[in-house]
Amino acid sequence: MLSNTLKIYRREMSAYFNSPVAYITMVVFLLISAWFFISTFFLVNESDLRNLFSVVPIIYIFFIPAITMGLIARERSENTMEFLTTLPISDTEIVVGKWLAALSLVAATLAFTLVHFITLLFIGTNLDIGALLSGYLGLLFAAAVYTAAGTFGSSLTDNQITAFILSFLIIFLFFIVDKFLFFVPGFLTAALQYISMDYHLGNMSRGVIDSRNIIYFVSAAAFFLLLSTRILEMRKWR
Amino acid sequence: MIRVENLSKDYGRFRALNGISFDVRDGEILGFLGPNGAGKSTTLKIMTTYLAPTEGNVHVDDLNVLDHAMDVKNRIGYLPELNPLYLEMNVFDFLRFVAGARGFEGKNFRNRLSEVIELCGLKGVMHKDIRELSKGYKQRVGLAQAIFHDPDILILDEPTTGLDPNQIVEIRQLIKNLGKAKTVIISSHILQEIQATAHRMIIINKGSIVANGTIDELMADFKGRTRIQLELKNAAEESIRRITSISDVLSLEELSARNGSTSVALEFPNSVDLRQPIFEYAVSEKWTLLEMSRHKASLEDVFRNLTVEGVQHAV
Repeated sequence: MLSNTLKIYRREMSAYFNSPVAYITMVVFLLISAWFFISTFFLVNESDLRNLFSVVPIIYIFFIPAITMGLIARERSENTMEFLTTLPISDTEIVVGKWLAALSLVAATLAFTLVHFITLLFIGTNLDIGALLSGYLGLLFAAAVYTAAGTFGSSLTDNQITAFILSFLIIFLFFIVDKFLFFVPGFLTAALQYISMDYHLGNMSRGVIDSRNIIYFVSAAAFFLLLSTRILEMRKWR
Repeated sequence: MIRVENLSKDYGRFRALNGISFDVRDGEILGFLGPNGAGKSTTLKIMTTYLAPTEGNVHVDDLNVLDHAMDVKNRIGYLPELNPLYLEMNVFDFLRFVAGARGFEGKNFRNRLSEVIELCGLKGVMHKDIRELSKGYKQRVGLAQAIFHDPDILILDEPTTGLDPNQIVEIRQLIKNLGKAKTVIISSHILQEIQATAHRMIIINKGSIVANGTIDELMADFKGRTRIQLELKNAAEESIRRITSISDVLSLEELSARNGSTSVALEFPNSVDLRQPIFEYAVSEKWTLLEMSRHKASLEDVFRNLTVEGVQHAV
């Protein structure tokens, strides 16, 4: 089980780094996040990464669909799905392996933003290291949910552009849902707030690691991975 | 052994396969022949667990393909239609990925790899990207991935499509070599393809099996027939249809109609000579007989007869 997942993972990683797409998206991500972080860093004059933590989830909305759009849609358009699914590898292993590869690429990109963290270590005062680390952990969890949603978007179609747009919409929904709570009847607000990504990320970036947040991230990611697997299995019955 | 029982497959409202049944015996090379869209690929996709049947069963060595998908996948080597490959990988990495999925690691992998390179003639291209290879070499890579785990059963869907004549000969030879110790199912819409490689053929048309037997058996069925081609003028369609009322006419096929002249082909057993009755019939119907020619049936005719529309007047 694990070894097959790893084989899919490795193939997917080599596919990322064999093409310029991974490098380009990484550079774009780092440029945008660095610009938004540094441009106000010295003006605000505070020793934290709150700026970074608030801009990264917004960049995710574009960045993650770009990374995940090819995962399954490309296998379809190039007909390799038939080859892949007739190897003795289960659909779950395919989905999880691909998702892990996308997540690793995001994690690797995120690792480069640690430059800002290190800068802060040198010039900052009164650092709350715990909050910084849990903030990063939150970003990683958010990436896990979004890449799973992106995998799902990619599983729905054989066209990468369509996959991008579908994933974008799903992720955008996670982002926007708590922005219009004001218009929603009272009994719904708690539920919608729980769905919202920002609500959980907010806790994490303040240094609060609550089991409710962890359960949210894990179950949302698992939900999308399960859906993707089902979609993959549906090819048999179309 | 592979047993296909009453297999049907619907794509939405379109019935691609209509209750076909056949067996594939161990060690034989079975040709699966039919025009495009006849249901060949659908059958093979069900055998390889890619699709599930709407009705019916496929058993590979007594394992149901739905319930024992993993076991079946382990026994089968499959070259899908259009030979899909990861074009951005080089041949070595690609085969290492396939081998890994098939459970070959370390020394096992290296030993088998050198065998497969030898068998498929891949020496010298192992470190090239697959996209840079010629079609013939891509096909070799496709075969290499299919045989890497030395499966008992090899399923090849249109393995020579798009190759030039020299490459076709090479790939056929390769398939024949591989087929010496394996059960091979090879599909094609080209008769010569099957004739050159297979022991037995199944002809499929519109989702149903129309013939099943060795090449000699199929020929024998049709060799017993004489085919007469007529070119007629002043012949009304219904009067042409009535020609089947002459006893012993086995089939009537309308070939073409232009400028008031109609071409038709008739078949009757070799045991009788109907040329005179046909001539007399033409006279009685006041047809102008422009041409009458006799042909011996070939395997091409067998295939055409079984799969072309408009041959349905068979009596």
